[in-house]
Amino acid sequence: MTEPTGLLARRNGQSSSANLADVLERVLDKGVVIAGDIKINLLDVELLTIKLRLLVASVHTAKELGIDWWEQDATLSTRARRDGLADENRRLRERLGELEGMRAGQR
Amino acid sequence: MNEPFGRASYAYAVARSFDPAQLAGVRGVDGAEVRLVRYRDLVAVVSPVPLTEFDEAALRTKLEWLPWLEATARAHHAVVDAVATSSVTLPLRLATVYRGDERVTEVLRQGYRRFRAALDRLAGRVELGVKVYTDPQAMAPAAGPSASSPGRDYLRRRRAQHRAHDDAWQRAAASAERVDATLAGLAVDSRRRPPQRQQLSGVRGENVLNAAYLVDAGRTDEFAAVARCLDAEAPGTRIELTGPWAPYSFAPPDDEEPA
Repeated sequence: MTEPTGLLARRNGQSSSANLADVLERVLDKGVVIAGDIKINLLDVELLTIKLRLLVASVHTAKELGIDWWEQDATLSTRARRDGLADENRRLRERLGELEGMRAGQR
Repeated sequence: MNEPFGRASYAYAVARSFDPAQLAGVRGVDGAEVRLVRYRDLVAVVSPVPLTEFDEAALRTKLEWLPWLEATARAHHAVVDAVATSSVTLPLRLATVYRGDERVTEVLRQGYRRFRAALDRLAGRVELGVKVYTDPQAMAPAAGPSASSPGRDYLRRRRAQHRAHDDAWQRAAASAERVDATLAGLAVDSRRRPPQRQQLSGVRGENVLNAAYLVDAGRTDEFAAVARCLDAEAPGTRIELTGPWAPYSFAPPDDEEPA
């Protein structure tokens, strides 16, 4: 079982380590909806997630059907896609690190 | 007062009034300092944002840009989290923006009874997240004896993989129902949401239960201990506990009219 350090003892310091998916599903999909002055439909944003999910679902379904020959073939596309995602992830983390560094520096 | 120079007020949460000194040093979206807007015994936690970057067109574009979405979501969450350590908190949806603090006060006034009722229900309670995953180890099929041809070998391997996958999934699904029923018994309320995709969460194993529980603050240790027991009792699955969270998942439904 995995738990964040100091679970249930202190809440402080937890927010920076929370899983992005956990944070996104809460701030985009939960929380009180009161009309702001800026009309923005977050359903439009969920489209982004849904697009991601569809992409992922189609790969997943293919796997379930036994169509995974591309997994064995290093020259084929999924690996490239996976590497692309890994790259993007790394860039995001670096950027986030910078932002957090900046924020810490401002305190 | 309306914000000068095209600035708007980004609202993070509504809470029972508390000492603003407790938010000293807390930064919001774009690193701006947060402040309290008061109405009777309620406060809204806001920070200034440039209106040009938070108008409809700008928001629509930026919300689709994952690095911005991540930074903003984390900043939003960090403020909500800080508020929740100080007071009973109603987290607001991401990107709730007003044309100045005067408008925020108006919203507090209009929704006063609804906010008070929701805060009363959440007082002394926290949200805990529970996810049940299949164990990827349990999904790996055992190697069988080799068949006569590579083709047959391949098909056999595929079938074994499918069986192992189905078994692991069914075990995890049964375990998830047990986990949910048991933990819901320790909670004031519970919500189930769609399982997370691995590719979004980056977690190993397939997510079969993604639930949130509203738990009395005095019972969280018991809740965690029971979750640990359930985890130990169910081989082939893994239980992940997150939180405590501000009660995002237990906000009043949208259709409740402000009184």
